[in-house]
Amino acid sequence: MYKLMLAWRYLRTRYIALASIVSVTLGVATLVVVNSVMSGFTHEMHKRLHGILSDMELMSPGLGEIYEPRAHIEEIRRALDEDLEALSAVVRVPALLHQTVNGRMITQQIILMGIDDQTYSHVSDFTPYLLNEQNRKQPDFQLKKGGYDGRLGEVGWPYRTQKAEFEREQRRLLEEAYGSKVTQAQPEVKAEGQKESEFAFVPIPVSPPVLSTDDESGNPQQAAGDSVMPQGADPFKAVRESEHTQIFDPATQQHPGIILGMALANRKFRDPETGDVRDVYINVPGDDIQITLPTGGSPPRPTFALCTVVDFYESKMHEYDSTLAFMPLSELQKIRQMFGPDGEGTVSSIQIKLKPGADLEAAKEKLVAMFPPDIYPYQIQTWKDVQRPLLAAVQLEITILNILLFLIIAVAGFGILATFFMIVVEKTKDIGILKALGAPSRGVMSIFLSYGLSLGFVGAGAGIVLGLLFVSNINEIAGLVERLTGREVFDPTIYYFSEIPTIIDPFTVVWIAVGAMAIAVLASVLPARHAAKLHPVEALRYE
Amino acid sequence: MNKTALASQESTGKGRRQSVAYARGNLLTAKSKAPIIRAVDVYKTYQKGRLKVPVLRGVDFQVEQGEFSAIIGQSGSGKSTLLHLLGTLDVPDQGEVFFGEERIDNLKAIKRDRIRNQEVGMIFQFYHLLPELTTLENVLTPKMISTGAFRYLLNRRQYIERARMLLELVGLGHRLNHKPRELSGGEMQRTAIARALISDPTLLLADEPTGNLDSQTGKDIMDLLQRLNRDEGVTIVMVTHDNEIASQADSVVRLVEGRVQKSRNQAA
Ligand SMILES: Nc1ncnc2c1ncn2[C@@H]1O[C@H](COP(=O)(O)OP(=O)(O)OP(=O)(O)O)[C@@H](O)[C@H]1O
Ligand SMILES: [Mg+2]
Repeated sequence: MYKLMLAWRYLRTRYIALASIVSVTLGVATLVVVNSVMSGFTHEMHKRLHGILSDMELMSPGLGEIYEPRAHIEEIRRALDEDLEALSAVVRVPALLHQTVNGRMITQQIILMGIDDQTYSHVSDFTPYLLNEQNRKQPDFQLKKGGYDGRLGEVGWPYRTQKAEFEREQRRLLEEAYGSKVTQAQPEVKAEGQKESEFAFVPIPVSPPVLSTDDESGNPQQAAGDSVMPQGADPFKAVRESEHTQIFDPATQQHPGIILGMALANRKFRDPETGDVRDVYINVPGDDIQITLPTGGSPPRPTFALCTVVDFYESKMHEYDSTLAFMPLSELQKIRQMFGPDGEGTVSSIQIKLKPGADLEAAKEKLVAMFPPDIYPYQIQTWKDVQRPLLAAVQLEITILNILLFLIIAVAGFGILATFFMIVVEKTKDIGILKALGAPSRGVMSIFLSYGLSLGFVGAGAGIVLGLLFVSNINEIAGLVERLTGREVFDPTIYYFSEIPTIIDPFTVVWIAVGAMAIAVLASVLPARHAAKLHPVEALRYE
Repeated sequence: MNKTALASQESTGKGRRQSVAYARGNLLTAKSKAPIIRAVDVYKTYQKGRLKVPVLRGVDFQVEQGEFSAIIGQSGSGKSTLLHLLGTLDVPDQGEVFFGEERIDNLKAIKRDRIRNQEVGMIFQFYHLLPELTTLENVLTPKMISTGAFRYLLNRRQYIERARMLLELVGLGHRLNHKPRELSGGEMQRTAIARALISDPTLLLADEPTGNLDSQTGKDIMDLLQRLNRDEGVTIVMVTHDNEIASQADSVVRLVEGRVQKSRNQAA
């Protein structure tokens, strides 16, 4: 009884002990917050990584090809049997993406994926990340009339048609004004087109159809002849137009569809005046782009293709959004001339999704047994294998952070140690009195241990409450910090998170609390033992 | 010891001592001689750096049940040291201490703690109250030590009632909720006496209970102790350096140079 009473009295009257409580509290709160945010982050990352990468894939490394994919698929189906959920063959090829910005071509390196729109979405999260609502239901590579994400403005067919007409009109004007300066044509364009404000950029007619038109009508003499003719009296015009409709009319026709990773077309930048982050689109669905890619077979030769952007893919994982582009599998096979001797299209990877709960590693072993690496030039890897370095790095980061933060609590523990030693020294006489009245050494020891435990308990309890409050209001707090410091905590030009993801794991919270209390108790062990060992007579003589 | 018989005795000093002697005489015939506490040839040496300070050098000492015994001697003669040995607060370097029939100097610490808590009441030269606790709580401390939290809370009323009664007895019924620093020396000493009595001890060891008090307060305390001895039958060993006060005891033992120089004033 006296133990509880004295521990309580000492706790109440020793304000210095409160300092230790505060440091325990802060340490615990930080641990809770950091762990919640980190696990929110990892969870989000895992989810996305796992979603984007299928569970497992059988791939031919580099530009290698898998011949007779249908036979392979049958084999895999047989091997995995029950565990198998879905399969999809894909072609993955590094490519160069050429986009035209204000008349200038920029080239980016991409990974072009040829996917089967029927099966691909069964093996990985693909559709949820598309920006067109129809594509989100069932993706195809057709440009849509509408249903695009509001951020993009008016895109799709209406935009494409308008753009094509505008370009045609511009071309016509240029042809008419041959001899006069091109700059004169520009103000007219601006005056005429409301597009500039609408799409935030001035489309410049540089798409290949324009180039080919120039080739046809590029003869200066002929053009000069045009310019002296009265308007609308171009004798070649009708022919040319009809040729175009025959060959390709950009206003109503599209090239093979391509879905670009969002970050390939989108640039985020911070407005220097307002400080707001603004989106700028190099391309929008409806624009045409050009790609350069290697053909299949060996040796590969470069080949080119014209594609129409039909949608964007936004997984919010910058790594993917800035490198991936998707095309229909059959188109890509055609472009790359990927055909086996029997005429069946080849692929570069077969992506596999397992039934929920199926053992990933066991399935991998089965496949490895079926396609032994010493016979088949294939690589069989799970999504974890692919992301191992990243996952390992994040895990390491979490571990190190936890260690560092526990060191903070350990510092608090030393605070408790020092405080308790002070109290023991200060209370030497009281301890002597208690012992003289028959308090056993264990009892005296437990006063200080329970004192330490209650410090730990109060500190950890307050820390958990504080931490949980912080976590549940973390986005508001981030907002506040942003307003106070004028700096964005979560820079959306870097992260695609607008909200900080958090997950509170009760197990972790309990673990942190127990750890903190253990540290507090451990810190009080030495002073408690010291107190217990005091000789009653000596202690009584202490002044 | 028959308390009612004792209580019915007349209370003047000499008559009382005779009656005690008489009572003890009865006891002697009933049992063999029954010393409640006994020290046999005890030695205690303190080490001060490299210097050895022999304090007790073969002390033989015993007190019988119901006796009021006084230990006198010069300052530094080892009176407190002897009392600590008797009260299991310390162990002798050599020699034996018996409580009743039981040898206590070589018992396990936990048993000695129990004896100190239940059987022996200690009153210290410098009161030694816990400064954080009130008078009432200070008196209750031995009870808190001996009982677990649950049982204590269960019997709290009863314990508090007894503590209050003891504080009334020592004349501090009006100071229950004062902290020691708000008390006078005499009040602190009386609180210490109440505390020593809370566990109903059979033996009371008092180290100069009147040492720091004025003569009137000292006399009050002495009266209290004598009343306890007479009415409650508590055996008392009291250390003092005041011959006058010692003369009120049944027996007086003089410590000189770490040895006992007996002078029973009982014989007088
Ligand atoms: N812990 C100790 N270390 C060293 N010497 C000690 C210790 N305790 C007591 N002494 C010495 O032992 C001797 C006896 O001390 P003790 O307290 O028993 O004397 P006392 O007879 O009670 O004196 P007083 O009448 O002043 O209380 C003293 O000389 C003291 O210095
Ligand atoms: Mg003394």
